[in-house]
Amino acid sequence: MGKVFRFGKDVDTDQIIASQYLLYPTIDEMKAHTFESLDKGFSSRVNEGDFVVAAENFGCGSSREQAPAVLKALGVKAVIAKSFARIFFRNAINIGLPVIVCGELYDIVSDGDEIELDMDEGCIKTCGRDIACTKLPPKMQEILNQGGLIASLNREV
Amino acid sequence: MGMTIAEKIIAAAAGKSCVRAGDIETVTLDYMMSNDGTTHLTIDMYNKLVSPHISDKDKLIWIVDHNVPSDSVKTAASHKKMRDFARENDITLWEGRGVCHQIMMEHYVCPGQLIFGADSHTCAYGALGAFGTGVGCTDYLYAMVTGQSWLLVPPTLRFNLHGQLRDGVCARDLILSIIKMISASGASYKAMEFGGDGLASLSIADRICICNLCVEAGAKTGLMEVDDKALAYLEERGRVPKQVFAPDADASYEQVYEIDLEDIVPVVAKPHFVDNVVPASECRDVKIDEAFLGSCSNGRIEDLRAGAKVIKGRKVAPKVRFLVVPASKEVYIQAAEEGLLEIFMEAGAIVMNPNCSVCWGSCQGVIGAGETLISTGTRNFKGRAGSPDSFVYLASAPTVTASAVMGRIATADQL
Repeated sequence: MGKVFRFGKDVDTDQIIASQYLLYPTIDEMKAHTFESLDKGFSSRVNEGDFVVAAENFGCGSSREQAPAVLKALGVKAVIAKSFARIFFRNAINIGLPVIVCGELYDIVSDGDEIELDMDEGCIKTCGRDIACTKLPPKMQEILNQGGLIASLNREV
Repeated sequence: MGMTIAEKIIAAAAGKSCVRAGDIETVTLDYMMSNDGTTHLTIDMYNKLVSPHISDKDKLIWIVDHNVPSDSVKTAASHKKMRDFARENDITLWEGRGVCHQIMMEHYVCPGQLIFGADSHTCAYGALGAFGTGVGCTDYLYAMVTGQSWLLVPPTLRFNLHGQLRDGVCARDLILSIIKMISASGASYKAMEFGGDGLASLSIADRICICNLCVEAGAKTGLMEVDDKALAYLEERGRVPKQVFAPDADASYEQVYEIDLEDIVPVVAKPHFVDNVVPASECRDVKIDEAFLGSCSNGRIEDLRAGAKVIKGRKVAPKVRFLVVPASKEVYIQAAEEGLLEIFMEAGAIVMNPNCSVCWGSCQGVIGAGETLISTGTRNFKGRAGSPDSFVYLASAPTVTASAVMGRIATADQL
């Protein structure tokens, strides 16, 4: 079980991590500024295993991989949205952060609700209900299973 | 069934005769561009690889443009890491010579190529018929080590352009109008392909601006048909196409749009979304604190000429800062030779060195809480140009310049 942090539609990567932090030397030094413009206390309130839930087009905008990386570094278990912008989606899979497409969840959960994700079954449990979510294409699931693209690269060479 | 331009380029890069939207293909890349926004992280990951090596160093182009010259000790350390790694591995490094996409257009991009850039606006390369797409640093690293990557072949939206833009209307107005029409996610995972009889009237600078902003509709890439104007641009620069791909007459498009260029009017994208587009005439009451003319979208010589024409003999409004940032050293020198920089400076503008500037909100010129910027930059997201409590409007070079003169949002014909 993890807590829901609920955001809206068209959440862009500048909101996830703003430009002025991108050239900090490490992700660990950036992560305290995650979602700073939308929810200043996010990085101190989020716990290992929590979820980010959003509406359409999550992660639109820049290709900064720092965006999924700070979420992962803060312990976010998965981002569940109605839809994702493509570069964010790909970057998240590449670094081993699950991104789940689910049309229904956003409209029935509130900030702070507890949910449980079963990725193998493609199912989310909340408020006594089971909600189906879209499974990843096999190519992406394989990258995720291996712990990300670099882990998979290390195996290839 | 025929193929779109995107399908043809991916097929060639995958060594196949035919691919279809929805296929996943392993492709060989022609170039891999990376800038100072993420390269320091790529290097850290590279150094942790089990077997670090570079597939073909000549395909790597590294460009320091986002925070150049460095603005802090942390930035300086990230730049140094990039510079040192490039030297040790004999990778081409450009520093302080322009915005990455402008350098790529001036020196590298050719029709038919498949190019990864660790920057979302890499889709600009379609102006010359190349498939450019933005990736994160992990994808970049994988490509750097293997020379390859995988791509989902995108479905294509086709835009047939007809006629020509009216005086005072720019490519920026056209692409913002298209983004409004299809929305900020309307081309998500798709390619946007442009052609039609109206294409001939658009300069290469116009085409770069259009393709550059396709990612603001979520597109994987923007692609223009290659015509004599594109070939002439290449020839002037001593380059030849890898291969010119035209779409087949029976190519399969997800949707086809017919756009009459004469219908387009000057527009602005209001805060905080790029698809929040209205006619500029509806924003005449909006006062501005700063205006920015530059970026990979609109920092070319044609944009500076358009701005200089508007401001010549006039002054920047009191209390307004007007930043003029040529997109490359080449543009800067040409603007100086044509007397444009003098016109801007005499009017009270601040002319700065080529870099990404306030467009990405972490360089000189950022704005404070409560302030409003009108910009030829790429995005108007909340906090994009500085404080999360500031406001960014996007517009064309003439509209931005006219606004700098008036101190409020204005089009050039209102001066």
